[in-house]
Amino acid sequence: MVEMRTVVDLTRCQGYAQCVFLAPEVFELHGEEGLLYATAVPDDQVERVRQAAAACPVQAILLGEEVSTGGR
Amino acid sequence: MDSATLLARITDYASRPNPYPLYAELREAGPVVPQADGSYLIGTYHHIAALLHDPRMSADPRTRGEMTHKPPFLRLDDPEHHRLRTLAMRPFGPPHSPGRVDGMRGEIDRITEALLEPFEAGHQVDIVDDFAYPLPVTVICRLLGVPHEDEPLFRAWSDAIVAAADVRPDDESAEPDKGGDQARMELGGYLLNLAEQRRGKPGEDMLSAFVNEPDPALRLTPEELAETAVLLLIAGHETTVNLIANGALTFLRQPEQLDRLRREPELLPRAVEELLRYEPPVHMRERIPHADMDIAGTPVPRGVPVILALASGNRDPQRFPDPDRFDPARQDNQHLGFGSGIHACYGGPLARLEAYAALGALLPHLATASLVQDPPPYRQNAMLRGPRHLPVRL
Amino acid sequence: MAGDLKDGLIVIVGASLAGLRAAEALREEGFTGSLTVVGDEPHAPYDRPPLSKQVLLGQATADTLELPMRRDPDAEWRLGVRATGVDLLAKRVLLADGDSLPYDRLLIATGTRARPWPNPEEGALDGVFTLRTREDGAGLAERLAARPERVLVIGGGFTGSEIASACRELGLAVTVAERGPAPLVGALGGTLSKLAAVMQRNHGVDLRTGVTVTALNGNGAFTGAQLSDGSRVEADVCVVALGAIRNVEWLAESGLAAGPRGIACDAGCRAFTMYGIVTDDVFVAGDVSRFPHPLFGYQMLSLEHWGNAVEQAAVAAHNMVNPGPLQRPHLALPVFWSTQFGLNIKSVGVPTYSDHVVIAQGSLEARRLAMVYGYQGRVTAAVTVDMAKALDYYRHLIETAAPFPPPPGAQDRAIAADIAIPSAVPDPSVLSHGPTVALTGHLPDRRLTVV
Ligand SMILES: Cc1cc2nc3c(=O)[nH]c(=O)nc-3n(C[C@H](O)[C@H](O)[C@H](O)COP(=O)(O)OP(=O)(O)OC[C@H]3O[C@@H](n4cnc5c(N)ncnc54)[C@H](O)[C@@H]3O)c2cc1C
Ligand code: HEM
Ligand code: SF4
Repeated sequence: MVEMRTVVDLTRCQGYAQCVFLAPEVFELHGEEGLLYATAVPDDQVERVRQAAAACPVQAILLGEEVSTGGR
Repeated sequence: MDSATLLARITDYASRPNPYPLYAELREAGPVVPQADGSYLIGTYHHIAALLHDPRMSADPRTRGEMTHKPPFLRLDDPEHHRLRTLAMRPFGPPHSPGRVDGMRGEIDRITEALLEPFEAGHQVDIVDDFAYPLPVTVICRLLGVPHEDEPLFRAWSDAIVAAADVRPDDESAEPDKGGDQARMELGGYLLNLAEQRRGKPGEDMLSAFVNEPDPALRLTPEELAETAVLLLIAGHETTVNLIANGALTFLRQPEQLDRLRREPELLPRAVEELLRYEPPVHMRERIPHADMDIAGTPVPRGVPVILALASGNRDPQRFPDPDRFDPARQDNQHLGFGSGIHACYGGPLARLEAYAALGALLPHLATASLVQDPPPYRQNAMLRGPRHLPVRL
Repeated sequence: MAGDLKDGLIVIVGASLAGLRAAEALREEGFTGSLTVVGDEPHAPYDRPPLSKQVLLGQATADTLELPMRRDPDAEWRLGVRATGVDLLAKRVLLADGDSLPYDRLLIATGTRARPWPNPEEGALDGVFTLRTREDGAGLAERLAARPERVLVIGGGFTGSEIASACRELGLAVTVAERGPAPLVGALGGTLSKLAAVMQRNHGVDLRTGVTVTALNGNGAFTGAQLSDGSRVEADVCVVALGAIRNVEWLAESGLAAGPRGIACDAGCRAFTMYGIVTDDVFVAGDVSRFPHPLFGYQMLSLEHWGNAVEQAAVAAHNMVNPGPLQRPHLALPVFWSTQFGLNIKSVGVPTYSDHVVIAQGSLEARRLAMVYGYQGRVTAAVTVDMAKALDYYRHLIETAAPFPPPPGAQDRAIAADIAIPSAVPDPSVLSHGPTVALTGHLPDRRLTVV
């Protein structure tokens, strides 16, 4: 299985931290509301990140595979 | 019919099984619909969302002149709201305790499993009393450190508090409801006493954490601790019970969606969000303008109640395509089920984990079950709307 | 024939955020023709903001930044190949490997690159970095992990400040040299830049303002730098964070309106030729674009904002496959975020398009506030510090051109909420780093130009 990637649209994020609750190994609050996250999602965290993506109140989390650019 | 009676009609118990046509009427009459009692009712998504983010809207009942002692942070404004919410968050969530709720997954699964053990084919069960209610109560008790055996005791207080907090048209002739205040005091005293017993003997629970906070700047006063604990205990279970029960009811009414979820279990997290949109446990919230305002062209004076019908916003066709359809795979689902803005639900992640576990485990049982009564009998409450019982034959 | 727009040949130059999102959006819009994406970096599209944050802190590695896709754009990817020109008449993109690609419609999304240290020899010293690419990020992260004695950051803009913040979090000594009076002053104006300076110093940054770095020293490897005030900073790593240069040189001969401020396009993302005539087959999106915004006097905005790249790519893609009357304008308000020194800074609107500011909610002392910017009596921008949930309200005020200062009645209202003070946005030419937002048009009483 290819390793999943995640990206957060931090222009939309309002620091509700739902993602940190649901997948604390991937998402982390820096200070009171700054969000940092691991971009590579280990297999055993995919389910949690999927929950976080569904739960994010502003739908800012994208989980997916990297684009296949052929060969590389 | 007269749109000034909408609030009265929505809160009328006869509307409980299906308030949605009234919400459609509200949006049609809106966006800002003055009510006979002097309040304003709003049911359109974009206006509700904007007002939940508007710093001029107060959540504090004292803004409309109500004489009451300092409420819990649910009904306070910033900066005091922010201070107390942040302190209450320390033992519960990030940034201080990021793994706390995630760490409860196993326990929630075990409680769910134990509750479902007696669910056997052919039996009749009450999804509310046998499952949807005991699950969140057990979870919030463990989290706070409240003995589960005391449930009958705090249930009476909780019922009184929730009844008093309900949204209803202001009736000049009615006696002000003092039962709620009394119950709040008694439940607060009970929880404070529990916390005091843990002083110097910290356990894993939140009451322990509150009472044993070493930093004086981060400590809650006894009154604050009591108000906060009451809020968490009540908000922690009176809402989640509705989510689980509404979920079971919706799946039983729509067997094709139930089938789909059984085939595609990875849809469950999104199905839960869709439930929070389609059948939200919290239907209305009140706000009070701090200043004279103009809301979508309607002048609204300071100090009058503005009722935001979250459940109506969730069905607004201006925001959600095909809003009356339950679609567990719905994209772009920024529902108002947990509110929005600074008061956005504090316990949402816990409620979600409970719903994932509960509905996930219930799905196989529902596949062969049928509703005994449709619509089921509802709770009296219009703001916290949900079935009082949900009898089902397995 | 409108139907044909969903078919044909589309070429996208620039395989990063804007390029990828546009490719996905083209398919979402129903484009069924052939799609080719050209990128000079040899990597699948990846995300840059973590380069100055998670990557330096060790929370992510530079080789795990690939952007997740929303859907497979089903494109041919020509990676590691540079586009060297466009023939507008023949409708072909020329490639460095000698190949050329025919197109019916072209999207230019070549973004920016880091402004290098002006002296190439000094810039080539071992230990001197810029930060724009995966390779830059990996190299810098490795150096920081080896625990240098001191890091010198040249430029106190967002990127420089984030790097300094990461260094402090790693426990590394760091000096920031900024030509302006305080960090972030070019983007946020006087008041908030003072807060930024206090935050840096409280976190142990050796902040030097009002100085320039005159020379980088070292014999093969960087050992320190000379400052304009006569002092010297001993350091073994140097990050040059002097802003960005738009990748437009490859268009020099094309006849498009491409200059140092970017490629000018209309609100529909259609590129202008050098004669100011709008094209209908060449589109622009992301950091490389310059576009007019009605809320800011139709001035041409050049933004280096992640969110703008995403929004503009979607609009460009839509307009590439829809006929005129169905096309959309790019009207999204600029939004920006930065995480540094434990604070979450977000802005909406254009803070530099302002003459006065008020602190509407919160306070500097609490490190939690909403600052509102006004220009000629209307709200044009807002910046929040650890108050992101307030931003939507102010966004609405900007969109509706609400009067400045904002109306009374806000909770957590600052004592001085009615006292507007000058926004003190300096002339960008006095700053080390380029402004993140540049107003490049003309106003009656002030004129801002890009560095
Ligand atoms: C360290 C760092 C931190 C950042 N932090 C933030 C932040 O906190 N918040 C925020 O809003 N934004 C931030 N940004 C900005 C954000 O990353 C950019 O706005 C975004 O990357 C713009 O995307 P783009 O696709 O327009 O351009 P780019 O990402 O610059 O992509 C352009 C691509 O085109 C390629 N290219 C250029 N010329 C050619 C050619 N002739 N032929 C082929 N390919 C070519 C380039 O190599 C590059 O791959 C940050 C950027 C950096 C570098
Ligand atoms: C499905 C279950 C739940 C629903 C639908 C729900 C819904 C809501 C809503 C709509 C609000 C916003 C109120 C407002 O804006 O006035 C809110 C606030 C709140 N909720 Fe929940 N809630 C749920 C579960 C929980 C749980 C499990 C907890 C506690 C563990 C909790 C604690 C709170 C608190 C403390 C607030 C006040 C937040 C504040 O004012 O800052 N809730 N909830
Ligand atoms: S849940 Fe969404 S809004 Fe909240 S912190 Fe995570 S990404 Fe941001």
